[in-house]
Parts: sequence; C-alpha cells; structure tokens
Amino acid sequence: MDKMPKWADVVLIPLISLILAAILSALVILGIGEDPVAAVNMMVSGALGSTYGWGYTLYYATNFMFTGLAVAVAFHARLFNIGGEGQAMLGGLGVALVCLYVPWPHWTIALLAACAASMLFGAIWAAIPAYLQARRGSHIVITTIMFNFIAAAFLNYMLVNVMRPVGSMDPATARFNETVHLPTLHELLAPIGINFSKAAPANVSLLVAVLACVVVWALIWRTRLGYEIRAYGHSETGALYAGISPYKITMIAMLISGALAGLMAINNVMGEAERLVLNSTEGAGFIGIAVALMGRSHPFGVFLAAILFGFLYQGGAELALWTNIPRELIVVIQALVILFTGALDNMVRMPLEKIFLALRKGNA
Amino acid sequence: MTVPAIELKGISKAFGPVQANKDISISVAPGTIHGIIGENGAGKSTLMSILYGFYKADKGEIWINGKKTEIPDSQAAIAAGIGMVFQHFKLVQNFTVLENIILGAEDGGLLKPSLAKARKTLAELAAEYELNVNPDAVIEEIGVGQQQRVEILKALYRQAEILILDEPTGVLTPAEADQLFRILHRLKDEGKTIILITHKLREIMEATDTVSVMRRGEMTATVKTSETSPEHLAELMVGRKVLLRVDKVPAKPGKPILEIENLRVTDDKGVERVKGINLTVRAGEILGIAGVAGNGQSELLEVLGGMRPGSGAIRLNGAPLPLSGPGSDARARRAAHVAHVPEDRQSEGLIMEFHAWENVAFGYHHDPAYQSGIFMNNAALRADTDRKIEKFDVRPADGWLAAKNFSGGNQQKIVVAREIERNPDLLLVGQPTRGVDIGAIEFIHKQIVALRDQGKAVLLVSVELEEIFGLADRIAVMFDGHIMGERLPHETNEKELGLLMAGVNGEAA
Repeated sequence: MDKMPKWADVVLIPLISLILAAILSALVILGIGEDPVAAVNMMVSGALGSTYGWGYTLYYATNFMFTGLAVAVAFHARLFNIGGEGQAMLGGLGVALVCLYVPWPHWTIALLAACAASMLFGAIWAAIPAYLQARRGSHIVITTIMFNFIAAAFLNYMLVNVMRPVGSMDPATARFNETVHLPTLHELLAPIGINFSKAAPANVSLLVAVLACVVVWALIWRTRLGYEIRAYGHSETGALYAGISPYKITMIAMLISGALAGLMAINNVMGEAERLVLNSTEGAGFIGIAVALMGRSHPFGVFLAAILFGFLYQGGAELALWTNIPRELIVVIQALVILFTGALDNMVRMPLEKIFLALRKGNA
Repeated sequence: MTVPAIELKGISKAFGPVQANKDISISVAPGTIHGIIGENGAGKSTLMSILYGFYKADKGEIWINGKKTEIPDSQAAIAAGIGMVFQHFKLVQNFTVLENIILGAEDGGLLKPSLAKARKTLAELAAEYELNVNPDAVIEEIGVGQQQRVEILKALYRQAEILILDEPTGVLTPAEADQLFRILHRLKDEGKTIILITHKLREIMEATDTVSVMRRGEMTATVKTSETSPEHLAELMVGRKVLLRVDKVPAKPGKPILEIENLRVTDDKGVERVKGINLTVRAGEILGIAGVAGNGQSELLEVLGGMRPGSGAIRLNGAPLPLSGPGSDARARRAAHVAHVPEDRQSEGLIMEFHAWENVAFGYHHDPAYQSGIFMNNAALRADTDRKIEKFDVRPADGWLAAKNFSGGNQQKIVVAREIERNPDLLLVGQPTRGVDIGAIEFIHKQIVALRDQGKAVLLVSVELEEIFGLADRIAVMFDGHIMGERLPHETNEKELGLLMAGVNGEAA
C-alpha cells in the first residue's frame, strides 16, 4: 500500500516546499531591512502584472521547459545530465550556422531547420559523455559538467576567431537575416485581438516547448522506448534480464536529452537575441535540473515548474531593478526554492507520510 | 515450575496500517531451544527486533528471568544477557576473529589488554562449547560456517545467556547446519536458552524442544516439538491443509533440449565462477542444480538467460546459441523460447515501481500483441494481465498495483505467470520459492511440474535441498564452478549430496 495518495505526492509536497522556501526568503529579506510583503508585490506585479512581465516570464519559462525536459528524460534512465548548459550552447551554434549561412525564404522553414540543427548539435555534445559512460564507465556527472566548460571555451573561440564579423569588437555573430525572425507573442496574438506587449521576447518557441512536453510525455509513458528507458532507470540488472541493452538506452536517453537542451537555442538565440552571443544560455541549463526535480521528471510538472522559475527569474530581475534588494539576494531566493523543492524533499515527505498514515488509521 | 528465561506479555507493534505483531505472549523455559516458525512477513523478525531493542513495542511487557525489563536499545539487550546472531553476519571483513569479537566491547582505549583478555576467554569458550575458531584468522578468509561461529562467540563473549538465531542455516551446507545444531545442543546442555527463528520445518523438528507458530502477526500456537508433526505445523502456519510433498508422476525424458559443453563464465570482478561444465536437460524433465549459494549457480543461470557472456558452447534443440556478442542477450534468448524466472525477482524479474501490468510485458515488451503503431498497446497488455492474474490467483487481483505492493509470493506468481504462459521450450528457474509463503510454494511447484509434463525442459537452481528433492528428476551438484556429480533423487540422500556440496567427491571417497 502506498503511504499517501498520489495527489499529495505530486501537489502537496512541492507546494509545502515552496511555502517553506518563501517563508525563509521573507526572513532573509527582513534581515537586510527590506519589506518582504512589498517585495512579493513587486515580484508578482513585475512578472505577472502586465503582458510585458508575462512576456519575459514565458520567455524564461520556455528556456526552462527545454532544459527541464532534457534533465527529466535523462533522469528516467537514471542519468544525471548536468551538461544541459553546454548542450544548449552548442545548440545555439547550430542555430547560428543555419540562420547565418542559408538564405531561408520564410521563418517557418528556417524554424524547422533551426530545430533540427540545434537538436543535432546538442545531441552530439551529449553523445560523447554518454559514450564514455556507457562503454568506459566514466561518470556522466563529471563528464557532462566538464563538457560545459569545453563548450564555453569552444563557443568563445568560434565567436572571437571564426564567426565575428570583420571589424566588430563584439564576440558575437552578425545579426540574423530578417527572414528568420520568429514571430513574438505580440505578433502571434495581434490577429485574434489580444494586444500583447511588443517589447517582450516571448515568441513562437513557447509553442514548440509545449509541444515538446507533450511529445516527451508520449515517449516516456506510451512508447516501447520509454518503457525501456524507465525500466533501465529503475533497475540495471532488471534491464539486462529483460534484454534491454544498457549501452543502447544510455546512448539514446542522452541523445534525446542533449537534443532537448540544444533545442532551447531556438528560443534564446533565434527568438530573442537573433544572433549568437557569449553566455547566451544564462544558466538555463542548470535551472533545468531544479525544474526537473520539482516537476518530478513529469513533463506536466516540468511545464509548471518552468513557469514558476520563469516567474522567479523575471520577478527577481524586477526586484533588483526597483528595490535595494541586491541581485545576489535574488539568487539566494532562487537557490532556496531549489534547495527546498529538490534537495530537501524528504524533510517534507516524512512528516507528511506520517500524517497521512495517522489519518488513515483514524478512518479505518 | 521454573522461572521462564524470557516471557513476553501481550506484545503489539504496528507499522502504519500494518499490524506486525498482535498481542503476542510467549514464555521460554531456561535451558531449552525454542523455535519460532512462520512464513515471511508473519512477524517473527519484528518480534525479535523488539526483544533486541531495535523497535519499541506499542504495547506489552518483556520479562527476563522473572524481572520486568525495558529494552530501549541493543545495549540494554546485551546487558540483559540477550545475544543475537543475524541472518546476515555483522562482521568486519578485514578484521581478525579476535578483533571482531572485542569490537564494541573493548575495555579501554588501548587494544592490547582487551585482545589478550579476549584470547583467554575465547580459549575457555572454545573448550567449553567446542566452538573452535582460529582467533587470528581474517574473517574474509574463513568459511561461512566459521563466520557464524564467530557471531555466536561474540554473543557469548558478551555473556549472553539467551541466544537468538535468525534463519541461521540459510547460507550453510547440510553438514555445516548439522554442526551448528550440535553446537546449539551443547549450549543448551550448558544452560543457555536459545531461540531459533526459521521457516524450515525440518530444522524445527530436529533441533527444538518447543515451537511457537506465527501467522499474520499473531501467535497461533505453542506446542511441544515431540507432540507435533511437520504437517501439523505447516497447517498452523498457513491456516489450511497444505501438501508438503510435490505431487508428480515419474518423468518421461525425451530428446535433449539444452546441451551445455565446457561452459566457462567469469563474474564482474573477472573471477571465473563457472569452470568448464557439461550438462544436458531433456524434454519432459526437471534438472535440479543443488549447491551452496555462491558456487557458480547464479552465473550459470545468468549466462543461459543472456544476462552475461560466457565461453564454451550451448545448444538449444540442436541449434547453437551464441554466448557473447550479438544474439546473446536476453531478448534473443526469449526469441529462442527460453524463459527465465530469475533468482532475484526484486532486482531482476520485476521493476518494483512498475504496475503489475507493466511487469507482465517485462522482457516481452517487443511482442507484437503489445504494440499498436508507434505506441504500446496498454489496453491489450492490461487485458492480458487480468487473464494471468486470474489464472495464477495473484492477490490482490489488481493489475494497477505496483509490484512492490504485492507480497513476495504474489510477486513471484506474476513472474512465473509471465514466463510459463509463454510456453517456452526451456524454463530456467532460480530459487523459485525464496521468500515465498508455503501456500504459494505449493502453487508454483505445481506450475513447474505441469510445464514439465507438457514435455518442456526445466533447469532448476535452488539452495533448498528439500525443493531440489521434491521437484528435480535428476540432480547435479555444483561446487566451486564444477559439477561434482549427478544423482537420481531416489538413489541418493541428503548426506551424500551434502558431501558433494562441500566439495567432497562421493566417488573418490
């Protein structure tokens, strides 16, 4: 018999963790002499109070959905892919190459090509650690984290020495052509009469991200491959018994994971910056880990958690902009949320399980 | 009447909604061996854990030698003169016997005086109870039987008057088990009180003076061993009449199904575990592989099941099966009509977090019947599961339950149903009834025999000699990666097999 109902596991625990993180954050804000209530108001109005705020929240959320899904897929195979950051950087490179050097007639075709290129580049970047894990037993956490540094250095080299336009002092590529401009939410929603902020960067990639959530859900829970990935993730000896090749599953799960992380580039590189800059990923690869943890590696959970973290990102930026709360403290608040929802899961779970057991006994 | 060495009065303990012990009272006379028997999950271990201070009882009292005693932790248990020998030994592998014995009972910060004292005490104990162990031997270099003696000595060194042994014979050869029982009798003669926890009826009958039977957390009976019979005890354990003997007609062996030639297998550490064995399993017979755990039987099953590479040759129905490289994995084996009930259902045979219906496809998830386009046909799978649940009487009959929420017996029924219902030419079975309750044992044995009677070949690996004798039509004994000999069950006995299991070749002796 399960110790508590599923809804409590899925909804109640993250919610309580979140409230605990919020209380602790409030105490920290109090501690530096600011007003937590005003801070929350500021965050909410800044992130959700206008279509401009929503535009940024959803833009960040789009990034986090891709990287969160990437981590979640690897989690199902019990692989801890910390390399989302590097894979997303490489995805950005793929997008830049496709957008800069091919004259696309229309953004739809360009988007398809950019999707393919970013996924390919991300997957290739994940393939090397995957191979080292599957065949050589090099721990994937170590290799993927190191590949983040290699990716950053490689991107640096490419931007400074290869892709930088002649005469430019900026380590970035040239601006992409107008024809590959992705429609923003403003442009998408205008025809149906919704006036969405023009300045916000949320764009059509959001729809791709939502679609990716659905596809990943179907992959994990409805296909044979997903079955094999989950089986391998739960028990490696079990996988061997069932004739599931650990090598194959490690490779495939990491390729999918890398492809999803790489896919993020259609949002930040193609959709927002419209050129490839240094540090284009802004840590979204790491936030993806927290998103996957909080979302219980379920695509719907990832979707919700991505929006929450989008809110924290945008709200935090507003807070840093308009109050005396320093930028660093925003990172502390985000870290508290990650700490409580990810790492301290059992702290909330144990007492909650006891309560549910006691309740059940009372009813029985 | 003498004062009981141990008296438990109305002990109750619940884990959440599960009542592990319900109002249990027993009284053990000093200088006797008292058996506690019951199926897995009957609450034996919980009761002993309460006695040893691991758990605190919700209700009830413990009386030791006529005094009410609180046992909040194992220190208190030791102080009250209780010693425990666990099923899984708690010894430091790279320490010597002497170091292990004083571990936690040192007299001071300096080891030397403690060691000297322990050496002297050990010599006395050895003389008194015939418990001979070399005090300077390193644990990992001595046999399992010896390690168990160290555990007993540890308890005696701490002046235990009451000794609890939890499933002590699980890892012993029959000869080692006999030695253990001789030691226990000797201890009893010297006035110690012994509680023996086991699920093996034979041991209870051989070794104990009185026996208590537990079922579903309750003490159903306490009887004098001399006044009961195995059949009666089994009935008390299960709550209904059970057939202890496997009912089967003589085998009619046909053509060879599986032929093994000079098979060699190394384990993950590169140690050779199967050292060139030859075996044949024929249609319509059950070949039983007897042996103490860890003598290469597991690796044999794994290589046959496609979980591990090997060298040599195996043929199925005359056609060679690859032992390494492509076509040697478990999927290829299943395609060749080899079904496999693995030794460890929890880490191999089932995914514990998966629903029962997901587990019914496990290993057979490529079956076209379970596919629909690019997706899996979960509806078909669930229908198939319901059929198997009904046919194999899996309880509770709920395909949505996760595998971990079934009892051991019902988990095993799911595995057996999945494998046998494939109608394989060869069935590999490892420890089919480990951790399975008596009622389910009967059922699973019947299914295996029924498959044999359909003219299929069965290779059975079991460390339970009783099971080997009951099921096998031919017995091969494995020791240190070699087949020590083959016997027919009606032409041999436990003693002869025991010698073979210990590596003593019967023909040579």
